Amino acid sequence: MDMKRDYYEDVKHFSSGVMLFWFAALMIFLLLYPFLFKNYYVYVANYIAINIIVVVGLNLLVGYTGQISLGHAGFFAIGAYGTISLMTLANFPFFPALICAGLIAACFGFLLGLPALRLEGPYLAIATLGFGLTITTIIGRIDILGGRQGLHAPDLIIMGHHLNTDRQFYYLVMAIAVLLVFFARNITKTKVGRAFVAIRDAHIAAETMGVNLVLYKTMAFALSAFYAGVAGGLFAFVLRFIEPELFGFFLSVFFLTMAVAGGLGTIAGPIAGAILLSFLDLELRNILNIPYVGEWLKALSTSYFSLTGVSNIQFIVFGAILIAIMLFEPLGLYGLWIRMKKYWMTWPF
Amino acid sequence: MIDFIQMVISGIAVGSSYALMALGMVLIYKASEVPNFVQGEMALLPVFIAYMMIYSYGYSVFIAFFGALFFAMILGCFLEFAVVRRAKNPNILGLIIVTIGLEMILLGLVSWKFGADQRIMPFPISSYSSVMIGDLYISTMDLVTLFVALAIMIVLFLFFRFSKFGVAMKATQQNPTAARLMGIRTNRVKMVTWGISATVGTVSGLLLAPVIMEPYMMWNPMLKGFAGAVVGGMTSLPGAVFGAYIVGVVEHLFGGYVSMDFKAVVAFAVIVIVLCVKPSGLFARHYVKKV
Repeated sequence: MDMKRDYYEDVKHFSSGVMLFWFAALMIFLLLYPFLFKNYYVYVANYIAINIIVVVGLNLLVGYTGQISLGHAGFFAIGAYGTISLMTLANFPFFPALICAGLIAACFGFLLGLPALRLEGPYLAIATLGFGLTITTIIGRIDILGGRQGLHAPDLIIMGHHLNTDRQFYYLVMAIAVLLVFFARNITKTKVGRAFVAIRDAHIAAETMGVNLVLYKTMAFALSAFYAGVAGGLFAFVLRFIEPELFGFFLSVFFLTMAVAGGLGTIAGPIAGAILLSFLDLELRNILNIPYVGEWLKALSTSYFSLTGVSNIQFIVFGAILIAIMLFEPLGLYGLWIRMKKYWMTWPF
Repeated sequence: MIDFIQMVISGIAVGSSYALMALGMVLIYKASEVPNFVQGEMALLPVFIAYMMIYSYGYSVFIAFFGALFFAMILGCFLEFAVVRRAKNPNILGLIIVTIGLEMILLGLVSWKFGADQRIMPFPISSYSSVMIGDLYISTMDLVTLFVALAIMIVLFLFFRFSKFGVAMKATQQNPTAARLMGIRTNRVKMVTWGISATVGTVSGLLLAPVIMEPYMMWNPMLKGFAGAVVGGMTSLPGAVFGAYIVGVVEHLFGGYVSMDFKAVVAFAVIVIVLCVKPSGLFARHYVKKV
């Protein structure tokens, strides 16, 4: 049903008028979103948009190029600290600072990509994991970056306008997110994207066909790190305050969870995964206030677990999601969607 | 000079607990080809079970410890049987994700039940006493850890060399298909491998518990054990032990001579350097992949 008959059909932005319609509808919805919802949900949308940027970038690396990364929180931290310190210490305006921070993260991504050329599987996993932990440790020891006390974000001024509230910030974040998602979607349709997929599927075969492994593997790392860096820069302004503990191993795992839950190797999947899991993450923090579930959980907790209530419940839920996906639907939400679509299109057969 | 020897000895003592974790990791990596992120938590849960047996049910320390080891065996077997084996698309990324998922669940359960408070595990030996050999101070706990680690290594060596099941395990790791054709139930062998690995990890957890006991206690030993295993090549048991000792010693020397601040992360610098020179570790036999 999704058969592509020629190259131009494959690279078309919208496969049909229906798609164009839904895309326009989505854009209008995103434009009107701040007027439709409460302030808190605008904050949630910002948070989700930032996670979407990271996860789409991570998916370029994990899903398309097939390289595992357990250290994306490191790039995220570089972006966040880079943006703020460029603005406060070097008096950069916001956009150059954000882009520079993204590029710094990309440089680190390139450097991490170099050893990754020779590593695979568990070796790559531990190298990236170590990178993430090392970055946060180093940042925590540099006094000019606030050390363990953390950093406050400066006022955000773009072309004379102060962006103070989540509502004002929303359009900036959303515009960047849409732009970067589009860029990622387009890059997968180019020579670069095809090279990534070839490396993932069979890197020896790809090399024999003339794909430059050194170039494309490091490029995948750099590109993915750039996404994480830009997202980190935005994150610093959504949170207004950053400290090294925010960027631990579990943040990397959280990013990976979102990519996997959505479906690796697709563009729509990670977006869906990011939306679902970011929302869950924020909701699970005050799960006890949710009717029925909260009361049941409280009763369970007092009779079998601790009296102080539920802590770290999101760990359990995310772990369960990860396992459930790997056990039942390795393609994640995207795979589920494909299966549903197929079922209804051929119904009643 | 005396400082140097002192540091090396404490490095070796710390390295022993890393070595036990590394052994567990390598056992599982050889059986299921997955870097086992749940290794630390497979040890964490039994340690807290032992704690509960002592404080809530009043068992003696030794019974509680044996209970914990037994529980670890069951837990490891259960995780393999119920989860890891069922993974639909068992490539390396998928299995890493499964083990991370398991890790989060177990960690979540333990921190839900016990909270983040620091606890103290009763132990027959005080963690503050020390013996003096010449001019060197060695804490008794370190000495015990060292000897227990050595004992476990010897037991594992004998097990793999002389017991029928150990040989079956080696056969399964080397060539699962051939092993199955020879009448070995490879699934069952893998399951028991997970159990043994969890037990070995739990020993290390029980030895750490008198010093530090909280839900994140196994996280650092697990990472360092993983690092050691990678240095040693992920597929070689003596290599893993050696790698773990290297990590422990380098960490202590770095902490003593260069910078205490970066002591925790120097292990990763070591592995990146080692991996750049030898991409599959120091002791791995290199297999050429056929296309």
